[in-house]
Amino acid sequence: MLFYSFFKTLVGKQVTVELKNDLEIRGTLVSVDQFLNIKLDDVHVVDEQKYPHMMSVKNCFVRGSVVRYVSLPAQHVDTALLQDAARREAQAGR
Amino acid sequence: MAEVGTAAIPPEARETTEPLDLVRLSLDERVYVKMRGDRELSGRLHAYDQHMNMVLGDVEEIITVVDVNEQTYEEIVQTVKKQHEMLFVRGDSVILVSPPTRS
Repeated sequence: MLFYSFFKTLVGKQVTVELKNDLEIRGTLVSVDQFLNIKLDDVHVVDEQKYPHMMSVKNCFVRGSVVRYVSLPAQHVDTALLQDAARREAQAGR
Repeated sequence: MAEVGTAAIPPEARETTEPLDLVRLSLDERVYVKMRGDRELSGRLHAYDQHMNMVLGDVEEIITVVDVNEQTYEEIVQTVKKQHEMLFVRGDSVILVSPPTRS
């Protein structure tokens, strides 16, 4: 639940999602669910030369399991809060 | 569940009684992460969960690409480096997490 809550705090921010097939999609985070499925608006592919078929895609749903990374805006991440939450979750999980 | 048998473990060993405790003790430290697809990360660990989903800060990603020359079959190993200021890493691509080396 930690990362589900974390991503909910980032709704409305610009993120870059890198998929396991190396496709990188930049867009505005619209919503996220418990599987870390992600909905993005105003998307554009980082390497449009390589993936021209994605030019017309304006918004999309990404299945959580195909995500490799999500690159985030550091100024919108409270790292102290994250570490506390991770410690608390580690305590609760034992 | 961890309460069972902890009395038998000496205090100095209690801190690393289960594998994930090693990761917990690496919070706010720089860790090395080996990933599927010949990728390596090093960055400051801010959060993790039981799936090894992680958030890392100040990350350097090193991607190893092996090209084979068509004529000579020579293997050319190239590394690509990428920087990310804040990165969520999905746990199913993680192979190992190594804590910082203590000197």
